Amino acid sequence: MIKQSILKPENASFRETVPAGEYFLKIVKAGETVRILDLEGNQAADTLFYNAHNPTERYSAVDTIREQGNVYLTAGSKLRSSENNVMLEITADTCGRHDTLGGACAAESNTTRYALEKKCMHACRDSWLVAVTEHEELGMTKRDITHNINFFMNVPVTSDGGLTFADGISDAGKYVELKAEMDVLVMISNCPQLNNPCNAYNPTPIEVLVWS
Amino acid sequence: MLQSAAPLYDDLIPGGSHWSFVMRRGHVLRLIDETGGTNVGMLMYNPENPLERYNMPDTLKNQHTFLLTSGHVLLSDMGRVFASIIRDDLGWHDTVSGTCNADLVEQRWGQKTYQEAHNHYHRNGFSSFLNELAKYGLGKKDLTANLNWFSKVKTDDDGNMAYVSDHSHAGATVDLRFEMDTIVVLHTCPHPLNTASDYPSHPLRYQLFKAAPVTDADPCKISSPEATRAFANTALYHMMQS
Ligand SMILES: [Zn+2]
Repeated sequence: MIKQSILKPENASFRETVPAGEYFLKIVKAGETVRILDLEGNQAADTLFYNAHNPTERYSAVDTIREQGNVYLTAGSKLRSSENNVMLEITADTCGRHDTLGGACAAESNTTRYALEKKCMHACRDSWLVAVTEHEELGMTKRDITHNINFFMNVPVTSDGGLTFADGISDAGKYVELKAEMDVLVMISNCPQLNNPCNAYNPTPIEVLVWS
Repeated sequence: MLQSAAPLYDDLIPGGSHWSFVMRRGHVLRLIDETGGTNVGMLMYNPENPLERYNMPDTLKNQHTFLLTSGHVLLSDMGRVFASIIRDDLGWHDTVSGTCNADLVEQRWGQKTYQEAHNHYHRNGFSSFLNELAKYGLGKKDLTANLNWFSKVKTDDDGNMAYVSDHSHAGATVDLRFEMDTIVVLHTCPHPLNTASDYPSHPLRYQLFKAAPVTDADPCKISSPEATRAFANTALYHMMQS
């Protein structure tokens, strides 16, 4: 569902550009709104959310889709935690659909999906592993890397049980906006994927904005 | 694809229960819906390094599928094959709906405690998984999207999910051939989308067999280029062990 935001970028309390292949880590407080902006189009922002006070509670793809009865995320979707609490709600979306079934790229899954020789290519799980090791204060490890949201990715499921990676439905300037219902740690890998035609083999930067 | 017709072991797990064990490479775990209508929640870990675990997104996207059936392989997050589905009588098993929790069970079927119902108390999948995971030093951080054997959840063109009731029948069988040593954690608690009026409590019969050797023409191994590469990764993992 396409829903424009009324928030103005010039009023944001925080703005940061995240290049492809980099991670982004920030606590967003309950009541604040975070926007992820696709600057150049057809990028994938692989995103994890954690309870900022207890990261053992984290975003759960399966609880989220089951409780809303739909496999896609868009405006109105409530993102649920592994404890089935609402963490955030998508309050605006100019893209219309986001994926949470496809997971993130990893060196090892690149070997199976593309070629055994692709194992040394940079991948989203690398970005997250760097994030948690560079932030020891979080007390997080690979155990904390779970199923994510792929903002701006389109992964259609068919009624006979097929699943495909379709061309992106995002474009330069499209965005998704989420209001936090609890204090959340936002961890994004701006995808460095060079093997997927969805982004025309050209990963590009995103921008993250927060309104207090 | 079994080396012998007689099971090495045969056991029945009551409905609404949980259990776990280590499957050794080269063996088949047969799951049988004893009465019809069962749901079996399952998680998988590498006993040598439990940070390697079943990965729902990698399993689905590598095989371009939303459902699991014979010919599919169950992938770890390290690009390897825990198990191959070498037989399936139903054609569709769910791995995207997660598991029921205490709130869901209480809201739908009421609370029934051990004090009042003894072993017919209402257990839920979330607590059941944690109970078994603790036996291996694992916990909440290790919970991940689970398999729901014998359950079907389909979608329409807009992505709306629908639970298909009466999907499984008495005697329905799934054979999983393990390609790696694997901690198998399972429960027989209801599927979280089951709308039955009474708490669904259906047992699981499981049997263990020795598997026949896996050939280069094995249907699971050649089912997709992705599966073939996952088998290659698994062979590399085993190279120094034989
Ligand atoms: Zn990626």
